[in-house]
Amino acid sequence: MMPSDTDRQLRQILTEVLGLKPGQADAFDADTGLFGHLPELDSMAVAGLLTEMEDRLDIVVEDEDLDGELLATYGNLLAYAEARRTA
Amino acid sequence: MIEILSYPCPLAGGAAAHELALGFDRERPVRVLVVPALFDEANRLRRFTLEVMRRLDGAGIDSFLPDLPGTNESERELAEVEAEDWIMAIEAARREFGATHVLSLRGGALLMPRDLPGWSYAPAKGGSLLRTMLRARVLAAREAGREESSEALLTHGLEHGLDLAGYHLSPEMVRQLQELSPPARDDIAVIAQDLIGGSGLWLRAEPDEDASQADALAAVIAMRVQT
Repeated sequence: MMPSDTDRQLRQILTEVLGLKPGQADAFDADTGLFGHLPELDSMAVAGLLTEMEDRLDIVVEDEDLDGELLATYGNLLAYAEARRTA
Repeated sequence: MIEILSYPCPLAGGAAAHELALGFDRERPVRVLVVPALFDEANRLRRFTLEVMRRLDGAGIDSFLPDLPGTNESERELAEVEAEDWIMAIEAARREFGATHVLSLRGGALLMPRDLPGWSYAPAKGGSLLRTMLRARVLAAREAGREESSEALLTHGLEHGLDLAGYHLSPEMVRQLQELSPPARDDIAVIAQDLIGGSGLWLRAEPDEDASQADALAAVIAMRVQT
């Protein structure tokens, strides 16, 4: 299946936040752990990530949505971003 | 060579405090006032900022990086400082160093002197910076098992001040940040990240550096002052 536009942009944002080499984020799959699995992804970095998602994907992230589930895996974050974009 | 300089920064009531600044000063005709990024972004961009200044020095351009009152080596308490004080401090530094141009980084764009031409690198709205820091606090609280909300924190902050990202912001600082946006000005060229290449270092989870980005930003400035 072709990756969606949201998928590509989200991988790009994670590449920037985590300082990954180009292409490295292509290896992320739905089960790749994020918050709690990547030591550099602390609360400040996650907050920056979410602001960047808002700006680039043109979505609004509500406080209520910020639970452990949202950031647990790449798949969860992508599903959330896609749902917000079509909302 | 890099030098530690100081500039007289006005205080309420007419007195002045001395704040420090880093400078490359060889009395050359082009003198760039560098307005730093704000709060945690200042830390993540500090190295990059100095790398750009070193390159400007190599290209025959003087530059000056003032401390903002309440940050770095300043003796002022950040909790008593407003964004308006920062704007006055930047204006004072501009006069002291005889700046001919300004280069702001990220939130520094909110503090630029009104009539100094120059560049804004990846300017950020005060509201976005605030929102990111509020969210970081909500996330950290949640991890610790406490429930906070951005909205309630903001309401509290506007009345009593607020600790965000390790900085104690005064109520005035919170209010002014919310309202400040980078100005759209003909004499300020916006330098977007696309032009610099790579990804913005302020986004990185950990401080980093990138020589090619520093080369690119310094080159944009050096080219434009010479034409």
